[in-house]
Amino acid sequence: MAAASQRKPLGLQIFLSAFVVIWLIMAAFPFIWTLWGSFKVELDFFSIADWTNAITGVRTETTHGSPFTDAGYVGAWVQEEFWRNVINTSLVCIFVVATSLTIGTLGGYALSRSGFKYVFWLLIIALIFRAMPPITLVSGYLPVFFDYNVWGYLPTAIVVLVAINQPFTLWMLHSFFEGIPKELDESAKVDGCTQFQAFRQVIIPVMWPGVITTGLFSFLLAYNDFAVTSMVLAEQNRTMVPAIAAFLGTTYTEGNVMFAVAAVVSATAPLFVLVMFFQRQIVSGLTAGAVKG
Amino acid sequence: MKHKTFFWFFLPTGLAMLVFIAAPIVSVVMQSMFLPIEAVLVETENCGPFGCKTETTIDQEATAKLREANPLGRFAGLEVYFDRGHLATSEVAEAWNTSESWGAFFAELRDLPFYRAIAFTLTYTFVCTPLLIALGFAIAVAVNSLHRHLKGLVIFFSLLPMIVTPLVGSLILFWMIDSRGILGNFISFLANDPDLSLKASTPLMWTSLIVYGIWSSAPFAFVVFYAGLQTVPQDTLESAQIDGATRWQQIRYVTIPHIMPLVTFVALIQLMDNFRVFEPIVGFNAEAHATSLSWIIFNDLGGETRQLGAAATTSVLTILGVAILLSPVLVRTWRDFRGRT
Repeated sequence: MAAASQRKPLGLQIFLSAFVVIWLIMAAFPFIWTLWGSFKVELDFFSIADWTNAITGVRTETTHGSPFTDAGYVGAWVQEEFWRNVINTSLVCIFVVATSLTIGTLGGYALSRSGFKYVFWLLIIALIFRAMPPITLVSGYLPVFFDYNVWGYLPTAIVVLVAINQPFTLWMLHSFFEGIPKELDESAKVDGCTQFQAFRQVIIPVMWPGVITTGLFSFLLAYNDFAVTSMVLAEQNRTMVPAIAAFLGTTYTEGNVMFAVAAVVSATAPLFVLVMFFQRQIVSGLTAGAVKG
Repeated sequence: MKHKTFFWFFLPTGLAMLVFIAAPIVSVVMQSMFLPIEAVLVETENCGPFGCKTETTIDQEATAKLREANPLGRFAGLEVYFDRGHLATSEVAEAWNTSESWGAFFAELRDLPFYRAIAFTLTYTFVCTPLLIALGFAIAVAVNSLHRHLKGLVIFFSLLPMIVTPLVGSLILFWMIDSRGILGNFISFLANDPDLSLKASTPLMWTSLIVYGIWSSAPFAFVVFYAGLQTVPQDTLESAQIDGATRWQQIRYVTIPHIMPLVTFVALIQLMDNFRVFEPIVGFNAEAHATSLSWIIFNDLGGETRQLGAAATTSVLTILGVAILLSPVLVRTWRDFRGRT
């Protein structure tokens, strides 16, 4: 591709590379810094006297006898029982992704295979629902949840998150199924399959790439949600993100900010792994909507 | 596909959206137009040996009866919309009549919670969006010029600010720009002012919230533009070169027109997403300096009092705002659809 005439002059190449390096530092340095600092004591991570303390860990050494300490992690995971929140988040994510993919695939498939006018209107309604900030719905949920005594439990949050997820899932899977040739299931139907049999035996085997990409974004929505889960879940059922927000309320007074720092690092780690393994799918999912629109 | 088959396929997802999105919207609109019923007060006179006292007590029975008769509450129409916590029409009118200059008028407006939130929400939305598009485009062009093996690594790190939980991402940045954090230290060193603190200054707080917004959304623009750059027609570029176009002219007249549809796409998505800005305000602990519409809803809903009616009213106003931002997208989708059939 790069013909000789396209080769850039050295100065321009250096400038571009420098720009990329600056961006990399902007994108990655905060995470590295916080990871490093999470093994320090508060007076090092938030150092008034000398910022290099955060690197060398002078105060950490005088308090704990070594420049690294796991005090923040022990405090968060053992003392504040952050592991409960981690279990809650895992449960929420697993069930949200499984449910919303199951009902989303059926719906998205139906939308892509039906040529009637109402398909367009259903998609438009889904687009409107997708654009609405979820928190605007919460004051509609709360009175009903209180009346039926279902407020505060994980299944409630799961059902709500599945529903909030649907518009996006439908759009994504709809455009993905559009890409699978209609002739595949048409011919299965000619051979005597019902629509559902055609879906199960012909479409399901080839749909996994699209489903995995959509599932990743469903997972991110469930994992990252703060507004809905913090309003719908009771204190003992909190997921990670509301728990971190609650840490801030209590710990700023107790001087245990490092618990929150450790919890933040713990909550970032799974996402880091996720990007590492599914980078290609995330990128293709982000661009799918763009290229189509 | 037959109507009946479609119906059964679509039923689960349709039901989920009907019950948990459409019905709540109706409920929110209803709640915004009703006020809770006040307790019925009765005055009783208690006469004892030392004279008479009037006591005001709540008539529990009558209150309960009244509440049962009107489960929705007292119909208030648009009253809540115009009260001090929301559109505050009478306060605005008064400020308009009494203040002598535009500056004084806006200063008055800033004391009203709704307008304070609107001011930040709109500033955030319309400053972040163009800047993140520009940054995303610059990164895309720069990364595109890199060696093949480096690209994957750069994309990996670039995705992090966007993928990370918004609250977590804003906390990570906030701890760094805290006056005791590394960036805060550096900034006060640059400004030569050891007491410089972000928490004390509204303009600094707004700036850092906007910086967070750009930081967390530029990767999205970058990834979309990067994908677009891969499809720039090479022969057009070559013929532009043969015609003697400089590198800048190639970008200006070939690349940018080619990815213009993507720019519109990113801009529309980001306008809608930035309009709901909320987590960074919690993460930056910034409510003294900046609030947003979503934050007001969250604040009304939380705490001991749970002012559902007030939250519902702000929710309806927020939905109207989103609808305005969404209308160009809808028009576009409609045109696409008409073009296809």
